[in-house]
Amino acid sequence: MIRNRSELAISRRALVRAAGALGASALCGAGFWSAAASAAGARDPRLVVVILRGAVDGLSAIPPVGDPDYAALHGDLAFAASGERAALPLDGFFAAHPSLVAFRRMYDQKHAAGVHAVATGYRDRSHFDGQDVLESGNPKPGRTESGWLNRTLGALPASASRRALGVGATAPLIIRGPAPALGWAPPGGVGPANSDLTERVLDLYAHRDPPLGQQLSAALAAEKVASESSSGDPARKPHYGGAVEQMRLAAEGAARLLAAPDGPRIAALAFDGFDTHQNEGAAQGVLAQRLQGLDAAFDAFETDLGDAWADTVVVAITEFGRTVRVNGTHGTDHGTATAALLAGGALAGGRVIADWPSLKAERLYEGRDLYPTADLRGVLKGLLADQFGLSSKTLAEVIFPDSAGVAPMKALVA
Amino acid sequence: MTIGPDLAGAVTAFNRFGFGARPGDLAAAAGDPRGFLLEELWTANVALIRDRPPPSGPAALQAYYLDQQRKRAERMSMAMAPPKAPPPVVPSMAPLGPAPPEGASMTPMAAGQSGAPREAAPESPKPQPQVEQALFRAEAVARLQKQLQARLGLVERLVAFWSNHFAVSVAKSAELRAAAGPFEREAIRPNVLGKFAALLRAAESHPAMILYLDNQNSVGPNAPPGLFAGKGLNENLAREILELHTLGVGSGYTQADVTEFARILTGWSVAGPESEAGAIGSFLFKPNWHEPGQRTLLGKTYAEAGAEQGRAALDDLARHRATAGHIATKLVRHFVADDPPADLVDALAVKFRDSDGDLAVVVSALVADDRAWRAKPTKIRSPLEFVVGAARATDYVPSDPGLYLQALNLLGMPLWRPAGPNGFSDLSDAWSSPEGMKSRLDLAWFMGQRMHAPADPLAAMKAVLGDTASGETSEAITRAESREQALALLFMAPEFQRR
Repeated sequence: MIRNRSELAISRRALVRAAGALGASALCGAGFWSAAASAAGARDPRLVVVILRGAVDGLSAIPPVGDPDYAALHGDLAFAASGERAALPLDGFFAAHPSLVAFRRMYDQKHAAGVHAVATGYRDRSHFDGQDVLESGNPKPGRTESGWLNRTLGALPASASRRALGVGATAPLIIRGPAPALGWAPPGGVGPANSDLTERVLDLYAHRDPPLGQQLSAALAAEKVASESSSGDPARKPHYGGAVEQMRLAAEGAARLLAAPDGPRIAALAFDGFDTHQNEGAAQGVLAQRLQGLDAAFDAFETDLGDAWADTVVVAITEFGRTVRVNGTHGTDHGTATAALLAGGALAGGRVIADWPSLKAERLYEGRDLYPTADLRGVLKGLLADQFGLSSKTLAEVIFPDSAGVAPMKALVA
Repeated sequence: MTIGPDLAGAVTAFNRFGFGARPGDLAAAAGDPRGFLLEELWTANVALIRDRPPPSGPAALQAYYLDQQRKRAERMSMAMAPPKAPPPVVPSMAPLGPAPPEGASMTPMAAGQSGAPREAAPESPKPQPQVEQALFRAEAVARLQKQLQARLGLVERLVAFWSNHFAVSVAKSAELRAAAGPFEREAIRPNVLGKFAALLRAAESHPAMILYLDNQNSVGPNAPPGLFAGKGLNENLAREILELHTLGVGSGYTQADVTEFARILTGWSVAGPESEAGAIGSFLFKPNWHEPGQRTLLGKTYAEAGAEQGRAALDDLARHRATAGHIATKLVRHFVADDPPADLVDALAVKFRDSDGDLAVVVSALVADDRAWRAKPTKIRSPLEFVVGAARATDYVPSDPGLYLQALNLLGMPLWRPAGPNGFSDLSDAWSSPEGMKSRLDLAWFMGQRMHAPADPLAAMKAVLGDTASGETSEAITRAESREQALALLFMAPEFQRR
């Protein structure tokens, strides 16, 4: 059997060369823009949107450790302000998931922030529809001809209308549309399927095709043994699992392209695996690993954007939240409000912005979810207004149609 | 007769006999699934690639030989003079353009999706691919597109079946890499619904087969002496024809038959780069290499007749009772069950003999037979069926063969590269190994992210599985965390994997 995956991978060096080549040729349709932008003192703003697919448990990502009902409701997934189950403290009331080490450091530098109890205008619980609303910017599902980030590009002045960057094998909806987008995929060919998909397939086979399930399980067991015996010297450097490394690489590549003087200024990435219906875990486990990948991505953006980090905002958003209570399989089911994570040198950070609804029984949305008190579109409109100077009218009609009632959140950018 | 549309029958038609349904296909076939299959068989020229076919076998080999000459000349001039401008590209290669090597960046696959103008990030300059590799990739993409655009795919399945029956391997040499695609287009496709005798003649005399099984080096022991110091008989082609292509192993032929047949086939060769006779890169019978005299094969005597001696022997082998049984067994094993029902095999063997090996008649009989439909879907799709089926399910027609080649490599069924002349296995166990299933899972995820994820995953599932999907499969797809994951789950569903 031929399984030489390395021959499918593009080398890291090739990636760097590709980034250099991009800067030199492919993107220089608007060279005068970079000349203008690099004039002394001029800001050259950048915006990166990271879509977290699967619905992030905001109560675990930014746990409200100061809420008196939180620990009981979130059960074995809950964090505490101190002690064995401590998360990383932020403002006393909110904390950060233990995986978010870089995020917490940036928070202390006022380069990271959270927005909590936030949701799009979508109130049902389908991933597919929820992601359509999140990415299309429309108030309801059903219209998917273009994404709000693509329309943002179209609304920028001609001098700024260079291509947006979509990271990944296919362009996410958020960046699709009439404005030209550039695609870049991180190095690597066929990589291992993530654990969430693997679990789902194993579960399906357990019910419908035990022979195939046994074969697949046998391969996974063998792979586990192989990876454990070859892990080498874990003390030498932080050991990232494959999934975390992939997320970091995606961010690193995007950051290099964004850092180029005449490179893109708007980018979108999508990370999956946040649909934690079972064995969500607390400080360790499925969610911890995905958040570690997100944290590695934040860190890579900061490092690889270099000086441009000062003009950048990265915002990580998801289609909806998860239930406040833990379900019967140590996970959480589809919910409503959640948290958004922001990072970047341009940010007025060091705070968690929330009109906290509390977790009292009567304040839960439909008796089960965190109540949405902030509209995610307000956060995004605020960022677009601050970074690119888009008008309220454009934001309310073109970027997020029918959103005149949602005010842009003010002063997100320093 | 079934009253009303037969959706389950349509699913069987597409998955067992074809390359899987594309969106909308099941409804079209549900009225009369068997009629739908037969209609494809009777479509004129259905097996041929006539839309801008890649270069012919001789043209491909000529391009390769020319390239070799150019490189030799370059090496010589490099030794004598400073480097100069690169020589012009071989003319017949120009339309192919530069192609990245196998398994290069997959980014271009996303182009054209959802109307988003999207470009691949330019890669660092790559050396011009080898001529034979560019030819191979052009053949691969022509084949893939044919498989993806087939109405149902029965004929394309037959092409792949016969291509694997008459296996050649690109791993043999650069010449084989250049000639494997032409072999399928020139020897297999024109004969896949014709007489087996014609298919056999075309396959055994194609340069790719001659070169793969070394017959260009086989010299008759009594050929004109003095010409061939150190050369002699090579039994490879003769043995594989008897063992694999016609009678089948254990069917009663002896080592004496193999040797005698090898003598018959001496002189069956290819016009090489220096050849003065014949068109370079095409079949050439070399009378001087041929073992003179009459020969006895399987009890029958063949008079000396040059190349015609071999053709006469092949014709008799094609009509042999053992050949009919061998082919019938392989066909039923391929389409119906690993353990082929003996009664169905016998029925097809009779059809084969009664029709003088008319393959359209044999396949029609298979498709018309209830026993071929009633068998439970126990076979797992081969890697080729899986990859093509997945692409068809999402209406995905790439212009680059990267994903196709990469996926087949990963799953252990690299295009035209079996481990030996017996081709790839047709048994489920060969493909559903632990390693095989894990690779399928990884690939399902990879394809789920790259192929166009359907707006409504459940509708996409129904479009390819009809009502055959279990409640658990529907639920898993409905509850997927993203459309990409839903697509990967559809690809891995037992109802998609088995046929």
